[in-house]
Amino acid sequence: MKNTINSPQLMSTRDAYGQVLVEIGKEQKNIVVLNADLSQSTRTSLFAETFPERFFNAGIAEQNMMGVAAGLATTGFIPVVSTLAIFAAGRAYDQVRNTIVHSGLNVKIVATHSGITMGKDGSSHQSIEDIALMRVIPDMTVIVPADALETKKALRATIEYKGPVYIRLGRPEIPVITDEESPFVIGKADILRKGNDLSIIACGIMVFQALKAADVLVSQGIKARIINMHTIKPLDLEILFNAAKDTGAILTAEDHSIIGGLGSAVLEALACKETRPPVYRIGVRDVFGESGEPDDLIKKYGLSWKDIVKAAKEVLSLKKG
Amino acid sequence: MDMAKLIEFRVNLLKERGSILKHSAELVRGLKEAAIAVRQEIVKMTSKANSGHLGGSLSCVDILVALYFHQLNHNPQSPSWPGRDRFVLSKGHAAPVLYGTLALSGYFPKEELSTFRNINSRLQGHPDNKKTPGVEVSTGSLGQGLSVAVGMALGFKLAGKNNHVYALVGDGELDEGEIWEAAMFASHHKIVNITVLVDRNHGQNDGRTEEVMSVEPLAAKWASFGWKVFEVDGHNIKNILNVLDRSIENRSKPTVIIAQTVKGKGISFVEGNNDYHAKPLPKELVAQAIAELGKR
Repeated sequence: MKNTINSPQLMSTRDAYGQVLVEIGKEQKNIVVLNADLSQSTRTSLFAETFPERFFNAGIAEQNMMGVAAGLATTGFIPVVSTLAIFAAGRAYDQVRNTIVHSGLNVKIVATHSGITMGKDGSSHQSIEDIALMRVIPDMTVIVPADALETKKALRATIEYKGPVYIRLGRPEIPVITDEESPFVIGKADILRKGNDLSIIACGIMVFQALKAADVLVSQGIKARIINMHTIKPLDLEILFNAAKDTGAILTAEDHSIIGGLGSAVLEALACKETRPPVYRIGVRDVFGESGEPDDLIKKYGLSWKDIVKAAKEVLSLKKG
Repeated sequence: MDMAKLIEFRVNLLKERGSILKHSAELVRGLKEAAIAVRQEIVKMTSKANSGHLGGSLSCVDILVALYFHQLNHNPQSPSWPGRDRFVLSKGHAAPVLYGTLALSGYFPKEELSTFRNINSRLQGHPDNKKTPGVEVSTGSLGQGLSVAVGMALGFKLAGKNNHVYALVGDGELDEGEIWEAAMFASHHKIVNITVLVDRNHGQNDGRTEEVMSVEPLAAKWASFGWKVFEVDGHNIKNILNVLDRSIENRSKPTVIIAQTVKGKGISFVEGNNDYHAKPLPKELVAQAIAELGKR
């Protein structure tokens, strides 16, 4: 892939979502969209303007919205449901678990404003638990695109896939770090940088931070393998076990609690491995966030590329042999 | 009536839909017999399982029998036939009444009812659409089934199809806020191809509904949410049939039927006894209950 991180194009994943949703809506008449009084914020307003007859506002009632989507799915439509991550995974957890996924229904939940980087609305609206909540549901698929371009591919792959999917998007504008040629297959992670000194496994907004950290590490003689683990469930075990074997040290990075998210998924998978490498996790350290600019929050809560560089050196020092 | 006879009876009824025999004395008699058979199966399966919700299953037997043996356009030999009407048991803990009715309608063998709540059974404690033929959606976490039914009705409306959607909710279940979210959604989006039945049996897990959480004035509540409201004696089959017909005529609003029922209906020592909300009959009372049901 091209090295675009020094002069990146900026775009939010929610903007990309709003655009691709309209494109897919044009191609497939069985796409219906539901939203809970946040159509501007989730960018589903673009779909609403283009296809008003296939757009339904549920009002501020996320639980019912999930149920209505489930019912729509039983009649052959593909419902795409959007609200903020804190409400999609938190407020409506029981409906997602017991009605949508338990029934095996083809509902696509696209949650925006995830993580601490949703910013100024503060901790009540910063979802740092949604990856955990969604991935513990049997049969659920959980995707965290790294940038705007990958969001578009992820939504297309999600619509083609038959079954419930949770896609986690963000609010801020972030660098586009993949390109048109980058592959996207659900459950298949991508290696963005080769290296054998350690592996940095990241998802979402943290993939860019990991790439930036990798450049700094290279200048200090450390070659990190950068893995974009865009699918948290099912986790790409092949790429993970190869990383463990080849590099012998792992660092995970996510804009999510260090409990229950990507880092936990990686640790669970490695737990029974005889040659388990040391694993460090970058993430929100079991605390609520606060209001602020995303960049300030990233720095204050230990999610910046500088924190990754520091943690990389620490985990390297524990590397065996 | 044995099962083969019941199935034949039901098939004949479907052929006669719309004919002069509709709501005839013969139809009502047949449905009453079917209701007795379903009640006996409920007693047997919950007792055999030594668990399950007896009271709230018995209270809505007549409603489910009226639906499955007459009102619904469906085909037990082809449970996923796209043209079928849909029924959602939102009060999923009443799974025994659904299983009894589905079995006697021909969705699966009656003998399977004895596996209810056992390991490896297709008949789970609460309805599971991936395991049981004829179950449209998993329910059990209360308040959620109505939203699904509304979504189904919206789907049919959007696709220009004539399938009608029926949902049964408990009166205790009306405590859940999601019910009223769904009620608002249906009237706001002008979804009229749905008939909701409230099993108004006045009981819930912890006691009488009016002691646990008052739901009255119920008719006024639904009406204020933009629904057309009917009330019916939920044990009078003829009246149930009539009100179901009326609910699908001249539709301009979503429709709710408040069915006044008795918890544990049909067994004198269970009727109105809330101890049997989530419990089966003790084994020694089963024969007596079956006999009493048979005499009605």
